[in-house]
Amino acid sequence: MIRILLSDDLPRSRVLSVVLLVILIGLAAAPFVFPGTRSLNVAAKVAVFILLVASYDLLLGYTGVVSFAHTMFFGIGGYGVAIAAAKLGPTWWNLALGVFLALILSVALAFAIGLLSLRVRAIFFAMITLAVASFFQILASQLSEFTGGEDGLNFRLPEVLRDRLVAYYTVFVLSLVLFLVLLRIVNSPFGRVLLAVRENEFRAEALGYRTVIYRTGANCLGAVLATVAGVLYAVWLRYTGPDTTLSFSIMVDLLLMVVIGGMGTMYGAAIGATLFVIAQNYLQDLMKLASGATQGIPLLPNLVHPDRWLLWLGVLFIVCVYYFPSGVVGRLRR
Amino acid sequence: MKSWLPLALVPAIALIALPLVPSLPTWVTLTVAGLAMGMMIFIMASGLTLVFGLMDVMNFAHGAFISVGAYAGASALLAMKPAMQAQSLGANLSAIVPGVLAAMALAGALGWFFERVVVRPVYGDHLKQILVTTGGLIVCEQLIHVIWGPDLIPLPRPATLTGSFLIGDAAIERYRMLAVVVGLAVFGAMWLVLNRTKLGLLIRAGVENVEMVEALGYRIRRLFVAVFVAGSALAGLGGVMWAMYQESLTAGMGMQVMVVIFIVIIIGGLGSVGGCFIGALLVGLLANYIGYVAPKLALGSNILLMVLILLWRPRGLYPIGK
Repeated sequence: MIRILLSDDLPRSRVLSVVLLVILIGLAAAPFVFPGTRSLNVAAKVAVFILLVASYDLLLGYTGVVSFAHTMFFGIGGYGVAIAAAKLGPTWWNLALGVFLALILSVALAFAIGLLSLRVRAIFFAMITLAVASFFQILASQLSEFTGGEDGLNFRLPEVLRDRLVAYYTVFVLSLVLFLVLLRIVNSPFGRVLLAVRENEFRAEALGYRTVIYRTGANCLGAVLATVAGVLYAVWLRYTGPDTTLSFSIMVDLLLMVVIGGMGTMYGAAIGATLFVIAQNYLQDLMKLASGATQGIPLLPNLVHPDRWLLWLGVLFIVCVYYFPSGVVGRLRR
Repeated sequence: MKSWLPLALVPAIALIALPLVPSLPTWVTLTVAGLAMGMMIFIMASGLTLVFGLMDVMNFAHGAFISVGAYAGASALLAMKPAMQAQSLGANLSAIVPGVLAAMALAGALGWFFERVVVRPVYGDHLKQILVTTGGLIVCEQLIHVIWGPDLIPLPRPATLTGSFLIGDAAIERYRMLAVVVGLAVFGAMWLVLNRTKLGLLIRAGVENVEMVEALGYRIRRLFVAVFVAGSALAGLGGVMWAMYQESLTAGMGMQVMVVIFIVIIIGGLGSVGGCFIGALLVGLLANYIGYVAPKLALGSNILLMVLILLWRPRGLYPIGK
């Protein structure tokens, strides 16, 4: 049973299994074990980001291409729900319409970007996604009648989803199911071909696989799942804005989560997202303390100021890529 | 491949815009503005594309060199306020030249450090290059916040370079004229070095075939470090010029310009200096014309241009032979 659920891709390390179980049980029981708004927020964010990071890992870890547009798809999902609910009214039909249009837009964009850039060289892809994503970010803040500009959109949900418990379990169950679907995808023949393309594009092409098609396919799949993650996050927050979905710093967070957890393993995504979201929520308090304690010393309070959180992330990121490329999962499996 | 076709694109776009813009003087003003913008983008982008052509390294942290150069230059310029505000060109220049040199020196030094510490271990691995240099970009941007503070810094232009002069009825900003002159000078100097010196010969040979140059006994690594440092210094120069053009600077400016730079070097063909020059002019001109004729479209004009060019030539205007 477990074998089938996990698509025959077992954790292959006792510690790893225990950690994953702890994450699963912690998330499943979060509303009862960690009551309180803040901790429930953290739990929901962990669930959404596990899905988001896993879908990003499909691109970065399995296909070996760097996309800077993943937050764009995340944002499309969030804005799809938000615009539908805020402008058309909070009914199920409107929500479904918003999600559907968001999915169509995501797939179309992912397909176009893929065909345009993956045909030539993988490095084009990183540059073009960066350009398109930043364009989209400006667009979202310019079209303020639709998107609420910098302020974003607050919206109401259908009656049933207003209950926090129902909303939480919707987010949790959908994330879990889609995570298992992703696990299935990467362990399917399609996933094997992706690995082959990553390892040796030339050889994969010589064996008769159209690498462009596989890469574009992975790009579209990643985009769809990121869109769903965006929908879930918007449903949980009942708000969508540039800072919660589109900003470049979320893109950086994603990169870091994948690298910390371990590129090329779905379990790494789960561990990376959990570690990171918890650290983000509780470490910044620690930095505030440190910044207060070092007042009076030149530069140092600025360096440990909570607003400089990204500085340390950047350093950690570089160090991870050099010395820790297989991430937590890679270490545990050795 | 007809190699003159992309070259003809620049005047073609200028001519197409002519009937769309209501009056000739406006067109002249817009054209100069577009050329000035293009030249500044070229100065910032040229180093990046050359580094890619020579060593197959895509440096996402190039934007950080732009910001750092701008901040270093601005600090120097703001420290020499009296000379900047004097109504004589000589006094202004006596502030600008050291300011610009400071910017180039600091950006160059940062580039050297970067090549040593961050880029060197990941030669030949695109995926890691992108990851590591993106990390470097973030760290540099945050360090700017730590050193210079998070607020926007206003940077007034020197007194003799503010305002505009008239040619016929067309008003032309002095500063834009200067940008065009400096851009042309940089392009000319680069062209001369690349095509008329031994150093340039080695660089061009390296772009074509690294192993062969090494086999002939030249240390391509040193050459590469030199190109990397020069490219970073040019990014610093472009950063100061861009900051004076915008009359303000923020830590995120490098990242913002970086998006345009990527579009430019993709249009030009990765690694090609000539293509980068044409791409920069195209982007600059188009941004100004469209910004005037249909401001709502201005935002997407770069992306649209890139898509059209890639549909026409999937590897860019002048792809290098790799």
